[in-house]
Amino acid sequence: MEQLGIFVIFFASIFTSNILLTNFLGMCSYLSVSRELKTAWGLGIAVVFVMTVTSVANYFVYYYLLVPLKLEYLQYIAFIVVIAALVQLVEMIVDRVSDRLYAALGIFLPLITVNCAILGSSLFLVIRKYDLFQSLAFGLGSGIGWLTAIMALAGIRSKMARRSKVIPALEGPGIVLIVTGIIALGFIGFSGMVQIN
Amino acid sequence: MAVSPKKVTKEGIWGNNPVFRQVLGICSALAVTNLVVNTLVMCIGLIYTQSLSSITASIFRNVTPFRLRIISSTLIIAAYVIVLHNFLMAFLPEVSAQLGPYVGLIITNCIVLGRVEAFASQNKPWLSFLDGAASGIGYSVVLLTIAVFREALGFGTIAGFPLPFEFTKWTIMVVAPGAFFMLALVVWVSRWLQADSEPVAGSAKK
Repeated sequence: MEQLGIFVIFFASIFTSNILLTNFLGMCSYLSVSRELKTAWGLGIAVVFVMTVTSVANYFVYYYLLVPLKLEYLQYIAFIVVIAALVQLVEMIVDRVSDRLYAALGIFLPLITVNCAILGSSLFLVIRKYDLFQSLAFGLGSGIGWLTAIMALAGIRSKMARRSKVIPALEGPGIVLIVTGIIALGFIGFSGMVQIN
Repeated sequence: MAVSPKKVTKEGIWGNNPVFRQVLGICSALAVTNLVVNTLVMCIGLIYTQSLSSITASIFRNVTPFRLRIISSTLIIAAYVIVLHNFLMAFLPEVSAQLGPYVGLIITNCIVLGRVEAFASQNKPWLSFLDGAASGIGYSVVLLTIAVFREALGFGTIAGFPLPFEFTKWTIMVVAPGAFFMLALVVWVSRWLQADSEPVAGSAKK
């Protein structure tokens, strides 16, 4: 695989290969926590943070621990444990460092352990054979991409809740999925700019 | 909680269907459904993981400390997924390459963890197994429906066999937005049918 520039990966993972809109990862929390802008922002920031940290950490775990020991098949368990441990650690640090930040992020952090986008980004960096800085760019970019997507949806939903009447059967997940589809269509418009597969 | 096996099965497949009722496991419902064959493999994988993790978690439910419940369920699921992943790599390498990370992502598939948490941690092994299998089947039914439509409209084939007539392919069905629209339609139609059959659709959870 040819070497991709860090910035290419960074922008591609925000716009053209958005982890949520093209790889469908992290849908569960995306659907349930997008009612209000404020909570969406809190969760989004937490995702950016955790995704960046776990991508780098899992890069080290995979290439410096699992590969030398020929334990690649344990990657799922290793990644999950690393993510769970890191989330716990981040939670403790945030708790000590800043009360305000903890109040904003605290409730979202445990949710993140089971957010498939986090595990997904770690698996992608192994499948796509990224090096350390590419992994960093990918983790950060994917996180920001996820944040962008959930903020877009939360904005639309909070407007929709006030103004629009939705047919009962379509209320909730139905209409949200349609809106997401339209957002995804918009993001496809970016696909000429940069491309990673 | 006294629930009959028959009720558990019915709830898992229709009344409390994981995808359109509980809105869980959407990630893979969208990602793997552009080809029927991939979807089928994914569904079998999910039914297998779900039923076996449920039964395992249920067997250990009395010895698992409360605080370690989530992590231990995750590890149980991960163990089964590793078996599945290696099986696919050995016997179906092409499908495994196409599914990419989504097999691994069964671990964080909310359906599996959700059912293990909500049901298997409180019920007997046999019943949990049934519940797991039923949820898996309910998930599969939805996924296969989506996959059949997406492949037929997007590629003009069903499970690789071409349709008997020619038409302009809908490229949108192959790419991401098509998945969102299709799932939205399925959610819509099934909720509408449910609302017809039971007047209080909001209280489907017993």
